[in-house]
Order: sequence, then C-alpha cells, then structure tokens
Amino acid sequence: MKALLSGNEAVARGAYEAGIQVAAGYPGTPSSEILENVAQYKEIYSEWSVNEKVAMDMAAGVAYSGRRAMVTTKQVGINVLSDSLFYTVYTGLEAGLVVVTADDPGMFSTQNEQDNRYYAKLGKFPLLEPADSQEAKDFVIKGIEMSEMFDTSVLIRTTMRTSHSKSLVTLGERPKVKDEVGPFTRNPEKYNCMCLWAKKRHPVVEERLTQLADYAETFPWNRIEWRDRDLGIIASGVVYEYAKEVFTNASFLKLGMTFPLPRHLIREFSEGVKKLVIIEELDPFLEEQIKAMGIDAVGKEIFPPYDELLPQTLRDLGIKAGLLPGPQTKRNNAPRGEDLPGRSPVLCPGCPYRACFYLLNKMKLPVAGDIGCYNLGALPPFNAQHTMGAMGASIGVLHGMGKSGLPEPAVATIGDSTFFHAGIPPLLNMVHNHGIGTVIILDNFTTAMTGHQDHPGNDFTLMGERTRRVDIEELVKAMGVEKVLNVNAFDVKAMESGLRECTNHKGTAVLIATGACVFVSRSAQPAYVVDTDLCTACSLCSRLGCPAIVKAEGIHEKTKRKKTRIDPVLCNGCDVCLQVCHSGAIQKPKETSS
Amino acid sequence: MLRKDLNFLIAGVGGQGTVVASDILSEVGIRSGYDVKKSDILGLAVRGGSVVSHVRWADRVHAPMLEEENADYLVGFEWLEAIRRVSYVKPDGIILVNDCRLDPITVSSGQAEYPDTKEILSHLERAAKKVYVISGLQTAIELGNSRILNIVLLGALSKILESEPEMWKKIIQERLPPKLVALNQMAFDSGRALIR
Ligand SMILES: Cc1ncc(C[n+]2csc(CCOP(=O)(O)OP(=O)(O)O)c2C)c(N)n1
Repeated sequence: MKALLSGNEAVARGAYEAGIQVAAGYPGTPSSEILENVAQYKEIYSEWSVNEKVAMDMAAGVAYSGRRAMVTTKQVGINVLSDSLFYTVYTGLEAGLVVVTADDPGMFSTQNEQDNRYYAKLGKFPLLEPADSQEAKDFVIKGIEMSEMFDTSVLIRTTMRTSHSKSLVTLGERPKVKDEVGPFTRNPEKYNCMCLWAKKRHPVVEERLTQLADYAETFPWNRIEWRDRDLGIIASGVVYEYAKEVFTNASFLKLGMTFPLPRHLIREFSEGVKKLVIIEELDPFLEEQIKAMGIDAVGKEIFPPYDELLPQTLRDLGIKAGLLPGPQTKRNNAPRGEDLPGRSPVLCPGCPYRACFYLLNKMKLPVAGDIGCYNLGALPPFNAQHTMGAMGASIGVLHGMGKSGLPEPAVATIGDSTFFHAGIPPLLNMVHNHGIGTVIILDNFTTAMTGHQDHPGNDFTLMGERTRRVDIEELVKAMGVEKVLNVNAFDVKAMESGLRECTNHKGTAVLIATGACVFVSRSAQPAYVVDTDLCTACSLCSRLGCPAIVKAEGIHEKTKRKKTRIDPVLCNGCDVCLQVCHSGAIQKPKETSS
Repeated sequence: MLRKDLNFLIAGVGGQGTVVASDILSEVGIRSGYDVKKSDILGLAVRGGSVVSHVRWADRVHAPMLEEENADYLVGFEWLEAIRRVSYVKPDGIILVNDCRLDPITVSSGQAEYPDTKEILSHLERAAKKVYVISGLQTAIELGNSRILNIVLLGALSKILESEPEMWKKIIQERLPPKLVALNQMAFDSGRALIR
C-alpha cells in the first residue's frame, strides 16, 4: 500500500517499521511533526523531553537497556545534544539508536544556517541523507540495522524540504519486537567513559569508521546513474531530486550515505566523466572530502554555501557556469517582490504577549530576548527584543548586561517552554552570583511557535497521559529568587506596575506574565467595536501590532489621519486595545438580545 | 480530465487553509494515477505570514518545487499573495484568485500601501491565458463559516479543470469528521457554481 507522506511522517512510519520502541525529542521546525506522528503509533512510547540533551540521554538509556530508540531534533538542537550523542559513539549500544536532525537551508525558522553533516565527521558516526519521503522511511529502518551492526549511533539528516514535502511511500509492517529486556548490562569498560576506559574505545571508533567506509561502497542508496558522460554530478538529499530535474542528460552519483564516503565508488564515477560537479546545499562537506582525495571537481565555485539550491537556482547558475545551454531565455512573468508590501508573521489577535511588548516599547527598556513567538516583539511596532541568539540565552545575556553596569535597568523575555528547556541554570546562576535584572517569563501554557507541544508546565504528556504540572512561580521561588510577581498578561495596568516594581528592584527579579495562548484557551470573546465618532485617530492602538486593528475609511477632521476600525472576523475580544485607548472609542460590543 | 503533467501553485496567508487545500489536491492527483509531490511552508510562517504550496502531478516527479513560469494553475487565496507569486505562472496558464484583500500589518499600521487590486488584476491578466476572479470568502461566510474558503476554492478549481466532482468530494469526506461533511460538500458545490 502507498501513502502520500511528508518526510517527517515518513520518519515516524520508519520508526514504526524499524521496531523502535521509544522516541524522544524537543520540538523545533522543521522536525516537530516527526514525534507528533510517532505518537499516533500506540506501540511506541514517545515523549517531548524538556530539551534535546535530555532526550538524547534518555534514548541512550533505552538503547543501553536493549530497546531500539530514536531522537528527533531541529538543526540547532544538535548543538544541545551533541555532548551526549558523542559518548554514545564511544560506548556503543545494546540496541539500535538513530538521531534525526532536520536542517534548515534557507533559514525559514532558525537562527543560523549550520550544516549538521559536519557533526558526523566530528563525532565519527555514520550519516544518512534521504532525498524523499520513501528514503526518509527506509533510512530509519536501515539506520537501526546499521546501528546494531556497527554498534554506534547513526545520524539521519533531512532538510526542511525533505521534512515538509510530501511524496508517495510504500508502507510495510512492524517487525516483532522484544517483549522483555534485561537485566541491565553492567560493562563499565564499554559504557562508562572514564578516561582510562574511553581511551581504549577510541581505536575501536576509528576501526569502525574504516569498516563503515567499506560498507558505504555497497550501501544500496549510493548508486551511479550513467547517462551522458560529459557532465557528472554528485549530489545527496533533496538536491539530488532538484538536479535530476534540471540536468536531465548528466550522469549522477547519488549518495544516500554521506559519511563515511564510498571512496572507490566516487573514484570510479569521477574517472568515468569529463567534468565532475558536486552540488550540495550549504557547506562543501562532500566537496572538501572528494577534493582531498585528489579528485578534480567544482562545486562551491558555482553554487553558493548559503540558502537553498532550488531547481530555479540550479538552472540559472548552471547556465551561467556553462553547464547547461544558454543564454537564459527571457521570462515573460518577471517576479514581483520588492515593490510589494511584505507579509511577515505577527502576534495573533488575542496573543497574551501584546501588552508586554507594547509596554517594553513604551518604557524604552533594553531587552535581552529569547526564542519563541515572542521574538515577533523584535519587529515593528514593538522593536522590543534587542538580542536573540539561542534558547535560554536571554537570562545569561541579561546577567552579563547587569554585571556591565549599564545606566538603565535591563530585562529578559523568555517563554515557558524555553525557560524549562534552558532558562533554569542561568537563573540559578543569577541568584547565586548576585545578578541584577528582571526576567519576564511569558507563560502562555504551551510551546506555541512550533505547534503547541506540551512541556513540564502542562498537565498532559505527548501521549495524552495526565501528569503533575510544575508551577513556575513555586519553582522560581524555590530557586531563591526574592522578588517574584505573577501578573495577568492581559491586564495592561498590572503589567506596567509589575514591570516598574521589578525593574526598580536592585537584584534578580522575575515577572511571570500569565495568559494562555489563543490556541490553548480557545475562548474567543465577541469582537470589539470602534465608535468612530469618539476615535481621534491618535493611532495609539496601532502600536499594539494587532492584525484585527485596521485603518477605517473615516478621516479625523483635525489631524486628517485615518481612524481605526476593528476587523470583526479577526478580533477575539482580548480587551488589551480597549485598555490602551484614551478616547473611549474602542468598546465592548453591545449585548445583542437574542 | 486530460492526462498531462500538471503543476499547481497555491498562494495565501497563513491560517487560510492552503495546506489542507494542497493536500486534497495532491490526493486527487494520486487517485487519478499520477506520481505526486508537494511542498508546503510550515512553522512560524503560518502566523499570518505569506505562505505557498507547490503541487505537482506527473508520471514521475523529481523536485517537489516548481521553477518559475511552470505553474499551469495559480490559485491565489488573496490578491497580494496572488501577485507575489505571478512569476511562477506559465504564460498559457490559468489563475484563479479569490477576491479578498487581507492587509498585512505593514499596511494596517500605515507604513506601506496595499497595491490597487484593479492594477493587480490587470497584471495577472497580462501574465496568464485566463484569470478567474471569484468571491470565495463571501460564499464561505454566506454558508456560515469563513474557514471553508479553501474548499470553495477547490470546488472552483475542479470546475476549471473540468474534473468530475465525485472523487474530490469523496476525499473531502474521508478527511473530515462526519458533522462537517455536509457543510464542506456544500462549500465545494458552491465553489463549482462560481465558475461559469
Ligand atoms: C535548541 C533549540 N531547540 C528548539 C528550537 C525551536 N524553538 C524555537 S522557540 C521554541 C519554543 C518556544 O516556546 P516558548 O518559549 O514557550 O514560546 P512560545 O512559542 O510559546 O511563545 C522552540 C522549540 C530552537 N530554536 N533551538
């Protein structure tokens, strides 16, 4: 049977068909849908762990116990889990373990464009790169097999397009899996990385790489497709599919396993073609290794190490480099871009963050920001997240600002999920080291940006089990923070006085801004209305950046400015604009008698 | 329906239901015997951002993404998003655009001007062989729910494709909880009726 699956759905299916029994991860675009789909299979225990490293350690514990495991992460999440991933390569495992990283060439939702393939080289473990959904599924199954055959973790690297594109996949069955495991293997010389034991494991790791390189020669998804031998292309991942479409006559060496590389196969291919071109998105990972073999090839001279290499780009650059017949035919339909107003994402109508960022803008405070929907507070009209680099960074950066003796009080903004992920250690650090600054924890009861996944502040798990939720206020108090305020995020006055009180405090203060994400509360109120006669077109409400607040046709006599209107379809009555309006023009809808 | 390779581009604003529309369109392709690939933008882009889905039907599809001037059909859920993707339309392609204007925050806050929709229409008409403008949102709201706009537009597209409605309706039915089926089928039929 065939089904149209996204790469992420296919990885989940692969977990099922590979007999994986435990899957863990932390959400992050473009990887999040993997675990969400794994959770559909009752045969697999799945969880959102508090962060990627915890997921990785947990999966190691599973594989040490003899059950097959999978970890999923977005591209930068591998920075968080790498410390743990690397020890599993030294220890090996009692059952298969695959790690799936979804990279993001083109940077649709990530703070950098790092190429995670280098991790395979750095940590010395095999790397698989699926080109479509069928391969995404097959590589999980193959990855588990390789993991058990070679006694190492295996990395599967997708990109946003492999993760989010859909293509047809042939479905298979789930194998029989062990009912019982144990007792736990007590073999510290293998599983305890104390330096004197780990030192003996390093040669094992190196020997294993040699064997893996031999294995790569016959890996079924590393294959030569001979056509015209004037041009030979080496490509992996979805870029192979793009290139097939553009360079229809060329010969191809399609690589599914990209570390360690099949050196003989590469040499055979390079000797069989006149001109060898390596096409890869982001860094010259293949190119460097192939050129180091003394093989003459071109790659990054033509195809830049940033952004996606979509079919259109490949065609344009291929013509420019003389790889395709040119000149470029003039296209009729020129792109319209720069002249059109952009449409970037915005805080939703009813978002609990709106009042906070309106106030941060008004109070002109320097803000160390973090990642989540609230980073939209960095954009106009708020302009109120002045730094953002990595999850949890806001609190450490705030601490640094506090210790630098700035003339103004500084604040950090961090979401609930991000606080649990990486915000707790830096806050403890502030308490211990007499930090000065205000941490605003934006508690919207969910991991909103990546699709509303659960976290320790919720009372249900990924698999839908009820659990005991952690109270952020109690947690923060237990950590020793002296000044802790908990405020209704929709109450503009209370938020403002809370902010003033915290920023006046000479020490570490925490302001918890509590208000549910509209997708969690789902309690939309009737849309508010504007009494146009009262509206003075002062445009104060437009500083809330609410999509429901739009310009009306009416013009204010004196200022000649457009008055405000509220879009009844978009507004959900959160009340923040009413509190901000000075003229009383914004009002609750009149009770309609039914 | 003629069996030839077909490429579709669906452009809209996050939250308008473009992904579901492209999923259904893909399924229609599969059941018509094609190899199908599609590509969406998910994640932060859905918070009211500009979104686009590529859907390709052919005997064997490689890339899930279209090149420019390769879309046989461009479905615009909104004027600005339709014109933003105009370079993807084949000169002999067809554009279906929903007569709807959603102001991005840059426009509603007065930093940018929304282009004149008449000017957009004439640009679209120069770019493609034929442009259909339908009031899909109006129709959806009259049926009682703005969220079924995507199904109204699919109905219209199916008519333009001269494709029989049964398979589409069956796929829609399979994807929905029973209580929503009747409304969505009505939306689909109303969409078809908008194309004459
Ligand atoms: C290491 C790492 N893991 C995951 C992500 C993806 N990601 C960005 S923000 C975020 C969580 C946001 O949740 P929260 O802090 O609660 O803010 P919200 O989106 O709800 O506003 C995630 C998972 C990332 N950028 N970096």
